[in-house]
Amino acid sequence: MKQMIFSLLALAGASNAQAQDVTALVQKVKAKIDLVNDYEAAGQMKTNVSFLKVPVSTIKVYYKKPNKLKIKSEKGISFVPRGAVSINVGALLNTTAYTVLDAGMDKIDGKPVKVVKLLPVDDNAEVILSTLYIDETNLIIRKSKTTTKTNGSYQLEMTYGKYIPYGLPDKVVFSFNTRDYKLPKGVTFDFDDGTSNNTPAADKNKQGRAEISFSSYTINKGVNDSVFQ
Amino acid sequence: MSPIVSVSHLSKKFPGLTAVDDLSFTVMPGDVYGFLGQNGAGKSTTMRMLLTLIRSSGGSIHIFDKELAANRHDILRRVGAVIEKPDLYKYLTAWQNLAIFARMSGIRPAKTLLMNQLQLVGLADRAHDKVKNFSQGMKQRLGIAVALVHDPSLIILDEPTNGLDPQGIAEMRQLILRLSNEMGKTVIVSSHLLGEIELMANRMLIINKGRKVVEGHVAELLDPARTIVQVDTPDTAAALRVIGDSAWAARLKSSTPLIRIEMHRNEIPALAGILVNAGISLQGLVPKHSLEEYFLSLTTIPGQHVATFAD
Amino acid sequence: MWQLLQIELFKISRRPRTYIAFAVITALCLVFQFAFKMDGESYLKLMLQNVDLDFDLDKKKVINGYFMCYIILNTLLVQVPILVALIAGDSISGEANMGTLRLLLTKPFSRTQLILAKFIAAVIFTTMLLLWMAVSALVLSMLIFGVDDMMIFRVKGDASQILLIQQDDVVWRYVAAFGFATVALTVIAALALLLSVFAENSIGPIVASVCIVIVCTVISNINVPIIDKNIKPWLFTSDLVGWKGFFYIKVDEEGVPIRGSLENWPAIRNSLFKLLANIGVLLGTAIWVFRKKDVLS
Repeated sequence: MKQMIFSLLALAGASNAQAQDVTALVQKVKAKIDLVNDYEAAGQMKTNVSFLKVPVSTIKVYYKKPNKLKIKSEKGISFVPRGAVSINVGALLNTTAYTVLDAGMDKIDGKPVKVVKLLPVDDNAEVILSTLYIDETNLIIRKSKTTTKTNGSYQLEMTYGKYIPYGLPDKVVFSFNTRDYKLPKGVTFDFDDGTSNNTPAADKNKQGRAEISFSSYTINKGVNDSVFQ
Repeated sequence: MSPIVSVSHLSKKFPGLTAVDDLSFTVMPGDVYGFLGQNGAGKSTTMRMLLTLIRSSGGSIHIFDKELAANRHDILRRVGAVIEKPDLYKYLTAWQNLAIFARMSGIRPAKTLLMNQLQLVGLADRAHDKVKNFSQGMKQRLGIAVALVHDPSLIILDEPTNGLDPQGIAEMRQLILRLSNEMGKTVIVSSHLLGEIELMANRMLIINKGRKVVEGHVAELLDPARTIVQVDTPDTAAALRVIGDSAWAARLKSSTPLIRIEMHRNEIPALAGILVNAGISLQGLVPKHSLEEYFLSLTTIPGQHVATFAD
Repeated sequence: MWQLLQIELFKISRRPRTYIAFAVITALCLVFQFAFKMDGESYLKLMLQNVDLDFDLDKKKVINGYFMCYIILNTLLVQVPILVALIAGDSISGEANMGTLRLLLTKPFSRTQLILAKFIAAVIFTTMLLLWMAVSALVLSMLIFGVDDMMIFRVKGDASQILLIQQDDVVWRYVAAFGFATVALTVIAALALLLSVFAENSIGPIVASVCIVIVCTVISNINVPIIDKNIKPWLFTSDLVGWKGFFYIKVDEEGVPIRGSLENWPAIRNSLFKLLANIGVLLGTAIWVFRKKDVLS
């Protein structure tokens, strides 16, 4: 990984001018994000993990600058992926000192996006590498891929709607790695209904997804710190 | 008058055993019908067949002029029974036991009826005690009350005096006689003791190994004119000479080891007189019915006659 | 018939051993509830394994009344057959042992009627037992732990799953599950009754019924293909846990449970039919044998 990063750095050094461009772009995006000091959002979370069969849960998301985020279940029980505290990409831009690299252009849903890589300056930072797919016209991040030291990699895909002026998405798809789940033997005495679960081997690669759809945001109206406890 | 119970050619075979073999008898209304036989003679099996507890292997049973198997419910409604020990629900009270079996017999008993029944058997003051605290005699009496609670016309009692003390036996005997004499019931009672039957029954049946030995009126079967008298004396030869010269010579049944003569009971004092007059040292004259002799030979081990026939 | 049934119920109600079953259930439920009130999270940690590391969830909410009842039923329904056998296995043999059978059978009703009355009485006892269980395992747990969505841990084939049923979708499942359990336990009642016809003491049929249940349960849990295919379908014990089917909720393509749905209703229905067929055969055999039996006790 490190080697790859070094080669990327070398690449970046070769095109310094480009790097300055993308740094400015990231700064602009950050400036937009900075408009939001805090928010309280209502939404629904759909968790898609092979061993979890859970209903869509109604949630509230609380955010406070620079990096406080809490997902709370409104009603009933919900499995909130621990990594989902990173659903606010802004937090990444707010907290870490980083080097920005230009990685060219790409397309998401047919629209051109700028691909930039963020390398935290601090070697001990939790995040090793982030890749952002930035919509240059709207100054919003459409997609991000992040590799962390201890929690594997995760990916965010954002869809925007009426909260686009604040850079806040209507929908976030959070993809993450999960560990396999195996119940201890002989604790359940299950009813064998004759259908066995012949899970194909490919499915063993445990990828989880959480789709959060926001219905409304209450922005910059203040959020009590106690909710983050 | 048609019989209450009419059994013809009844048989019951168990694997490896014929318990009842071609047995026929009739019980008439008002009879106290004695059923006499040693243990294992087939008495219980026969009684259980009368009560449909055991299916017969052959023959027929008619009760109240109806074929038993086809009219089981109608017949059993009019029959009361105590089979061997009168086992009842130990965890219930006397009253509850009585009420349960009354309802099972198809009647809805009034409280007064239940109380009367308990009074009849002398358990009124223990009505609400659990049966597990009862003595054998009390259980027996409660069993009788259960058998009678639905006012049956026919009462079947299998060894009702088993396990009772002498006083209990006497009470049971009186109760059976009352049932017959005062209440007009027909009673079938079994026993392995001839003395019991003799004191209660007007007609009787002796069975052995599942077969009928004899059936008839007790008065005829136990005719005093056919009493066997056993002469107990150390001086057997002298006694035999005296008897040989007397009118009873022709009625000598055996001379060794015991002298036994068949005669009318009334003649015993006269026999005693001539033996004593002839100077024979007489230890005793023991009268036995010829039937009794016969029955004892079936039911007892030689040498234990007297012990079994203690009445 | 009604009269006989009333008498049978009266007799059952008067026997101390009847109440042992109710006391046992109450005691076990209380033990469970106490243990989970004190340290339910340890159990939850064991069941959740790594999931706890990857996901954040409110464990206090998970240990609620619905969850508790499922845990209790899961363990207890394995033992309840013993309690049912205790009563049903005594039906005929107990009367024979006590000496009341011969008196009972000289009363003007048929042996079929007697067996049916005994059977229905045993079914009523079983139903009461399950109702009591519903009260002490479900209602009491609901009072102690409150209600919320219901979490179920399940092993399906090779995979382990965690199901979550929304709280307003739970009660009907319990009603159905208790109904199913009643049928399942009625099989035990019919089995014990049949064995009871042969014996003249009550211990024999009770022990024999329990042994049969244990042996069949053990065989049901041997995961060898030859047994899975050839023997298991014939064992009623494989169907005894069918009540759980009511908690296996169907999920859509994205793994989201569909409210009010069952994953495999045909399997539950077939289990139910198999259990009913078992009851029919066992009861029919009991009647047939008892009608022919010579009462020698």
